Amino acid sequence: MPVEILEPGLASSIQDRGRPGYYNVGIPPSGAADLRAAAAANLLVGNTPDAAVIESPYMGPVLRFDEPTVVAVTGASMPVMLNGAPAPQWESFAVAAGDQLTFGFLQAGARIYIAVAGGFDVPVVLGSRSTYALGGFGGFEGRNLKKGDVVPIGRSNGVPGKVVPEALRPSYSRDVELRVVLGLYDYRLTDAGRSCLLESEWSLTPVADRTGFRYSGPVLEWEERVQPFGAGSDPSNIVDAGYPVGSIQVPGGVEPIILHRDAVSGGGYAMVASVISADLNLVAQCSPGTRTRFIAVTLDEALRARADSASWELKVRQALDEAA
Amino acid sequence: MTHNIARKSGESRYSWGGDEHLVVQFAEAMSLEVNFTAMAVSKILSEERIPGIVDICPANASLLIRFDPDVVPPAEVEAAVRAAEDKVAGSPSRSVETRIFEVPVWYDDPFTNETGARFRDRHQRPEGNDLEFAAVENDLDSVQAFIDAHSGSPWITSMVGFVAGLPFLFQMVPQERQLELPKYLRPRTDTPALTVGHGGCFACIYSVRGAGGYQMFGVTPVPIFDPEQRLADFSDFMIFFRPGDIVKFRAIDQDEYEAIRAEVEAGTYRYRQRPVTFDLDRFLADPDGYNTELLEALYAS
Repeated sequence: MPVEILEPGLASSIQDRGRPGYYNVGIPPSGAADLRAAAAANLLVGNTPDAAVIESPYMGPVLRFDEPTVVAVTGASMPVMLNGAPAPQWESFAVAAGDQLTFGFLQAGARIYIAVAGGFDVPVVLGSRSTYALGGFGGFEGRNLKKGDVVPIGRSNGVPGKVVPEALRPSYSRDVELRVVLGLYDYRLTDAGRSCLLESEWSLTPVADRTGFRYSGPVLEWEERVQPFGAGSDPSNIVDAGYPVGSIQVPGGVEPIILHRDAVSGGGYAMVASVISADLNLVAQCSPGTRTRFIAVTLDEALRARADSASWELKVRQALDEAA
Repeated sequence: MTHNIARKSGESRYSWGGDEHLVVQFAEAMSLEVNFTAMAVSKILSEERIPGIVDICPANASLLIRFDPDVVPPAEVEAAVRAAEDKVAGSPSRSVETRIFEVPVWYDDPFTNETGARFRDRHQRPEGNDLEFAAVENDLDSVQAFIDAHSGSPWITSMVGFVAGLPFLFQMVPQERQLELPKYLRPRTDTPALTVGHGGCFACIYSVRGAGGYQMFGVTPVPIFDPEQRLADFSDFMIFFRPGDIVKFRAIDQDEYEAIRAEVEAGTYRYRQRPVTFDLDRFLADPDGYNTELLEALYAS
């Protein structure tokens, strides 16, 4: 039943919907960086949205299937080939024993998701199959996939030819707007510093992975103060605190970092805003050089965006059911 | 400008971290008292087992709650935390059942020195290493004097996090004697596993290799995070440190470092540890006398 990894790509890992409940001892939620694309891939092959998939940033892996199954690829726009012939994205298709799945160059977005019927069947650790590479557990042997790995898959009856309609497929741009809720330690910035955060165009640097996404741009200005005991002397330092997933910290006032699903759970840099949960999926599809603006929204607006995101998944599910 | 700080409750500041997190800052400065508040509020919330509250993360002087707004409305989360905070303010719990254990440290070791040299462009002081910087910044005559101050009195675990199982440790001495240092100007992208670090007034032990911003003083041979749960001290959970744990560092040399590593490799290493009750008020009344009692408990045969 297994799948053999002939080439791993750059940092491919097994991810599901994540590992909630251990953030208080520093274990992040993990899970697919783009939860929506991963859920769609699973729905296409007849899995529940929480089955484990392969997430591959920037470059696809080369996979060989040891027995027939059904596969779907979603997320970043990247040519898919089955034994060298074009295969679709956002659509399930059958593979036969011995078939090879390969990928062309990235065209838009940043991360593809590969689902197989039955899901990738790695051990469940602390309630999840997601890889937490920094901690060395979860996923396939606690690490990113390597050449020669043989990954078991579960059994299920996937149906080929299921399609996510064009109208529901996301399009990925090199110019993005990320909605943020201001707050946390943003009172440490001057008014000019807060305005600068919101009014500047930021560029995603190559430091962009499952832990965090770092942006280049102008320097943010902090309020002068005598630092509180225990915080350290830089104006961007705070007494170490918990970091929300999606929070934006600005060490030294330069290069804001958005923490993502393998977030460090806490530390001593002031956070000034948080990307809303609906837009964390969009962050996952940004590649270095992406021009980015932060748009302030209220908590209520963030909750409405969350509901919109959930209704997208429902529409995908309905579209797949209707086609059956 | 959208501002989401709802209102102040006493000294505390409540703020939303997106639509899945609430952060409560009990105070801006660190103290044992405020850390007790964070622990006590967390304990009450944990016991209430509110559906939709996913993670309750006490921090040094603050609290992070992660919740699922599809299950519990944010306003209900906030109300529950405010009620818990009021309850703690009304009847402060000032003692905690905990344990004390020893962590051996090879100070001024080659692993952290090499890493420090590699990231010198992110450091305040181009010359020397982090220990020399630490001695100068704390008005101590020598690196040895700094090591003596660092390993001479116990520390309490005020927070566990950053990465899996990493403890933040607050030195149990009067504030004027606490070691205090800035973090690196910009975080490193690498830190050896089991590095003993320091930032602000906190020590830490890096549980895994990775990014970090703390000054680096040495390494311990003792695991603090063991996903394979090989050692007996990890049979219950892959993470050793818990908030409230009291730690005594002990300086060791390279030979002892290697001897302990061999015990760890063989799977035979056991922490020296003893259960203790930590009484905040007794400590505050006589820190040195109280620490002597704690260390006697640790080293009693």
